[in-house]
Amino acid sequence: MIHPFAVVGLFLVVSLIFGVAPIALAWLLSPKKLNPRKQQVYESGNPTFGETWIEFKPQYYLFGLAFLAFDVEAAFLFPWALAYNQLALYAVFEAAVFLGLLGVSLVFVWRKGWLEWM
Amino acid sequence: MTGLGGEVIRTLLGAFAMALFPLVVVVFLIWEARKVIGRMQDRLGPTNAGTYAGPFALFQTVADGIKILTKELIIPTGADRGVFVAAPILVVTVAIAVWAVIPLGPTGLQVVDLDIGAFYVVAISALAPFSMIMAGWSSRNKYAEVGAFRAVSQIVGYEIPQVLALLIPVLLTGSLSLQDIIRAQDIAFIFVVPLAAFSFLIACVAEVGRLPFELAEADSEIVAGYFTEYSGMMFGAFYLGEFINNLTVSVIFSVLFLGGWRGPWVDQVPWLGAVWLMAKALLVFNVLVLFWAAMPRLRIDQVLAFNWKFMVPLGLVELVTVAIADKTMESLGVAQGWERSAGLLVANLVLGLAIVGVLSLVGREAKRRRSFRRPGVGAA
Repeated sequence: MIHPFAVVGLFLVVSLIFGVAPIALAWLLSPKKLNPRKQQVYESGNPTFGETWIEFKPQYYLFGLAFLAFDVEAAFLFPWALAYNQLALYAVFEAAVFLGLLGVSLVFVWRKGWLEWM
Repeated sequence: MTGLGGEVIRTLLGAFAMALFPLVVVVFLIWEARKVIGRMQDRLGPTNAGTYAGPFALFQTVADGIKILTKELIIPTGADRGVFVAAPILVVTVAIAVWAVIPLGPTGLQVVDLDIGAFYVVAISALAPFSMIMAGWSSRNKYAEVGAFRAVSQIVGYEIPQVLALLIPVLLTGSLSLQDIIRAQDIAFIFVVPLAAFSFLIACVAEVGRLPFELAEADSEIVAGYFTEYSGMMFGAFYLGEFINNLTVSVIFSVLFLGGWRGPWVDQVPWLGAVWLMAKALLVFNVLVLFWAAMPRLRIDQVLAFNWKFMVPLGLVELVTVAIADKTMESLGVAQGWERSAGLLVANLVLGLAIVGVLSLVGREAKRRRSFRRPGVGAA
């Protein structure tokens, strides 16, 4: 009997093969006639101007921060949901309080105006 | 062959078959989606007009795939070459990797019944945004960059309602194994916790970037979003990965809320489970296709506001409601069978009515404020 995670590891290798194979095959089969004009960055036919790798709209960063809080919370909720059947009613209320605290953080972010598009 | 070697080889063969399965199914799903969209738009979709591609042009996708293999792979100047090539590989890898735990049938038709199956699905699909930001950033293209930012903020955001909704079947089952979740569904969970199923479906549509959440690759605004610069098979990898993800979320929705492989005669003929599961998944997939055909595209601020101001609070409230309602019923002595399901259904319906009430109040308030600001506009 192989350990289940070893099977998962094998499957990951197999899916990596399925990811690489089509591109490797295309690399072998496709024509290679590159020229500078063909390799230009596509911006509707105009030559690109200015730098692309710039600091971009900070709004996305705020959504990322909000996501982080909730994602950590989700990781904590998995064991709770798993043990739910063995929990007493007060443990469920405790989890409700925990979720309520996160709700408060959501309200904070909301009132702060971070969810509005600036 | 016996012993460990034989077992490894058997596992590898099973893994290959399972990894091939979504690829083969997707070839026909692409054809089906194109046909349905075509009909919805008063077109025929793929036909045999020019060349012969099988009955009803069934193998059109295969022909497209062969054609795309012969197209040049262009890497733009200034791109981060390594990351640029790694992104499409990662897309397909991640899309297929989820299938390790998908239960196509009661026994045997699954690579491994992982005891944390549902968690594995969440963890692997959380890798998808990486490939998008890799593609968008490494292209050194402004359209691609905007697309990548949109895609990532949308997908990580909708992950939260998705996980919160996924926790509810886990909570009702007491197990993260997908097999256990299916076995627990004597009544399909969509009839027990319809609100969770609803929010899971919406979150899934957003996760796979189907219309109305398609703005990460909005063709009329930012060319093709984060994969603007990709050509040939590298573009094909993104297209393939997207359709595999569509199939995957349909299957996972069927597993979590529609009873997975359960159906008549599965006890006698185990492989029938795969047929039932795929039939259910096809149903869900076609709901996505109808969304695709019928809905306009939203703006990024609307999409994010809808998530953070509606979906996340809904997920939190739904989780708390289900947990408390279930525990209360248990302490009242109705812990088993259809009574429990009926109680949860009632709790869900009450919550749903309350949400509709709150929404209509908020909407009326917004309308009143609008008409106050601009007299005459909102009066009708």
